Amino acid sequence: MNVSEMDEFIGAFLILIGGIISVISAMGIIRFPDVYTRAHAATKSTTLGVLLSLVGAFIYIWMTENYISVRLVLGIVFVFITAPVSGHLIIRAAYRSKVNMTEDTVEDELKAILDKQTEVH
Amino acid sequence: MIEMMLTTALVLFALAIAIALYRIISGPSIPDRVVAMDMIVVNLISGIAVVSVLLKTKAFLEVILILGILAFISTIALSKFIERGVIIERKRDG
Repeated sequence: MNVSEMDEFIGAFLILIGGIISVISAMGIIRFPDVYTRAHAATKSTTLGVLLSLVGAFIYIWMTENYISVRLVLGIVFVFITAPVSGHLIIRAAYRSKVNMTEDTVEDELKAILDKQTEVH
Repeated sequence: MIEMMLTTALVLFALAIAIALYRIISGPSIPDRVVAMDMIVVNLISGIAVVSVLLKTKAFLEVILILGILAFISTIALSKFIERGVIIERKRDG
């Protein structure tokens, strides 16, 4: 195995790790009990999986064709910035539209604060 | 060997999309379905990256950016619709 094959192997290995992490987070999205824990699994580990696979593709294209793809770098930065924001927004909408939590929840600290705000207004 | 690793990764992304599709069909609430939709698009992005590596072309890299932007905008629009009932609010009269 010479040097350029080693570099290709690093890129393909990162892509494979990203695939495994995506499947793990998909298991999380069918096994967790309510929407909040499901979004916890979906936003964090799926973002990690897609970032790993995009970095792997970037390294692979860089090493094989000697081409630094600016579009791929922009895609990595954009996914990294927007995925947590969209997860936050959809969970905020789920809480405000009163989606039920699981029965295992012990404490809901946000509910008291929101009730106090509606009393004031 | 490298081609086999890439094909395995493609199969794994397809498996993740299939599992998220199950959550879209059987999800008890609408935010569940939106979360699963977001996850499907993100897995589709990485699948496109793997396909463009497998086919040894650079022509699909714009698709990654455009799918990322479309997934963000559609998730924001759907969450605003769930929270307030409208997506674009009107100006209040005087």
